[in-house]
Amino acid sequence: MLRAQPLLLTLAWRNLWRHRGRTAAILFALALGIWSMVALAALSRGSLEGQLQKAIGNLTGHIQIHARGYRDDPAIDHRMPAPDAALATALTDPSVRVWAGRVRVPAVIASERESAGVTLVGIEPQREQGLSFIGTAVTDGRYLESPGDTGLLLGRKLAERLETALGRRVVVMSQDVKNQVGDRGFRVVGIFDAEPEAIETAFVFVGRATAQEMLGMGDTLSEISLRSDDRNRLEVPLSTLRTVAPSLDIEPWTVVEPLLTLTEKIVNVILVIWYAIVFAAMSFGLVNTLLMAVFERTREFGLFQALGMPPRHILGQVLVESLILLAIALVIGNLGALATVHALRDGLDLSAFAEGMEYFGVSPIIYPALSVGDVTMANTLVAVLGLVASLYPAWRAARHVPIEAITRV
Amino acid sequence: MTDNTVVLRNVSKVYRQNAIAVHALTEIDLDVPRKDFMCLSGPSGSGKSTLLNLIGGLDRPTTGEITVDGQRVDQLPKGELARLRLHKIGFVFQAYNLIPVLTAIENVEFVMQLQGVATAERREKALQILMEVGLEGLESRRPGELSGGQQQRVAVARAIVSEPSLVLADEPTANLDSKTAENLMQLLVHMNTEHNVTFIFSTHDKRVMDFSRRLIKLRDGRIVEDERRQ
Repeated sequence: MLRAQPLLLTLAWRNLWRHRGRTAAILFALALGIWSMVALAALSRGSLEGQLQKAIGNLTGHIQIHARGYRDDPAIDHRMPAPDAALATALTDPSVRVWAGRVRVPAVIASERESAGVTLVGIEPQREQGLSFIGTAVTDGRYLESPGDTGLLLGRKLAERLETALGRRVVVMSQDVKNQVGDRGFRVVGIFDAEPEAIETAFVFVGRATAQEMLGMGDTLSEISLRSDDRNRLEVPLSTLRTVAPSLDIEPWTVVEPLLTLTEKIVNVILVIWYAIVFAAMSFGLVNTLLMAVFERTREFGLFQALGMPPRHILGQVLVESLILLAIALVIGNLGALATVHALRDGLDLSAFAEGMEYFGVSPIIYPALSVGDVTMANTLVAVLGLVASLYPAWRAARHVPIEAITRV
Repeated sequence: MTDNTVVLRNVSKVYRQNAIAVHALTEIDLDVPRKDFMCLSGPSGSGKSTLLNLIGGLDRPTTGEITVDGQRVDQLPKGELARLRLHKIGFVFQAYNLIPVLTAIENVEFVMQLQGVATAERREKALQILMEVGLEGLESRRPGELSGGQQQRVAVARAIVSEPSLVLADEPTANLDSKTAENLMQLLVHMNTEHNVTFIFSTHDKRVMDFSRRLIKLRDGRIVEDERRQ
């Protein structure tokens, strides 16, 4: 076969261009399929990445530390002590980029006119910078200045619902450590915006020390949240933290937010289904084109055999034709997808559908994200399965009896 | 026996058309010595093409033995048969049967390329043979850019360039005008003389028969006359 390779390549390449229109049409169809596979994967991945970034930024972080039982019942009873020396040291490990301790309890907030159930979050303002969204989310007024700050940050939507505004006073009530109602008046010092909008109505932020004092918690905490360098490589920090604090519940974001993991799985399944649909359509086109070419050249294949070309070379010739078609289509499809991703690098604005999308926690602006894994999978699938699909027409070509093929009109 | 390129013993070929048996050849015995220039003639349906196809291993006999260059064609498996055709037999068909996507010289090189002949050597041989058949300067043309006579010359060049023991030509002049046909036959005679290749060709054409040194007449699948000529 090796010595015939240049001949097979020449024959395959020239035969492809015998019917330029047909070859161009199947190339277009194949390239379109590959483009759609890669581009859709990039958009889905980008959308998922956006959701993950937001969810991680919306207080989740990469790893959370709680007292055991807190995740099932996030009440003040399930609080944890401030980090001891060993845990504090582990939190300064290079694998931990940033961390913060929080008070996070259910509460009721009331203005002069309305009240609402919320989650009261006591934060260390400086530590939240780079850890969660709140560090950069205040758009009116000011951010909290210290853990002892007595001001309160309110979401824009909640401010509207409570019919209150910047500078006005609100009262926050929650259960304290003695099972009494702890309450305190706060002045609204900042209004924040968030995505999804539900965040604006779900959380209010105060200084951590202020919250601890209001609830009689001393220096105890509801949670510690931290970020590492890579959300997908958390084995080292998880192992270190679990070693130094075995009594605490230390879990990665995938456990804390199972819905995100599920979303990722759903996206992967959707992509595989899409790949299967596109590939099925593509392979029908490819096999049909090759079969037409094989039928048209029946006499030629008979001639090849009459001249002494072994059937395996005829099989090889049809497969090489298919390989060339697939290779050209893969290049065009991938370049098209790359161009699309590049053109949409500033985001695909789907704000016309924003309301519906936010319902599903999806940002109205999608930034496509090409994943090496997705591109490799799409390309490998098309190349390998495309060749497998081409085996049938190739086999048809190779099994002709020379005399029957040559005498066929 | 060893001086014969082709030996047929008791060869019959029966085709089935629906339930009817068609006897294309019946009990053919034939010896074709080396360097012979033999013509098969006879009316349509007399079995000329069938006989050529059986000798060339393109088809298999129903009964009998066919030996080409010492090898039993009727018993060879597909792969061996392909190898025999590649190295020992050249074909010239009525309908030229050139490969349309290859140029004249590439068509001539085709068999040598399958044989694994080095590029420079096969190019030199192909140019030489194209010159012999009078197609110098037309090497780069594709079959569609050549006349019928020129295409058949390319086919002849392809058939003999790798110096096979035997060339089988099935009505090689059928699609050519009389002048071109005569030129082609002179070319085949020249190749037979110069390259010591055994030629078996079929024709209806009396003028073409006159070029042969041996004339076999077939009728209803049987040899009815075997005439040695000078």
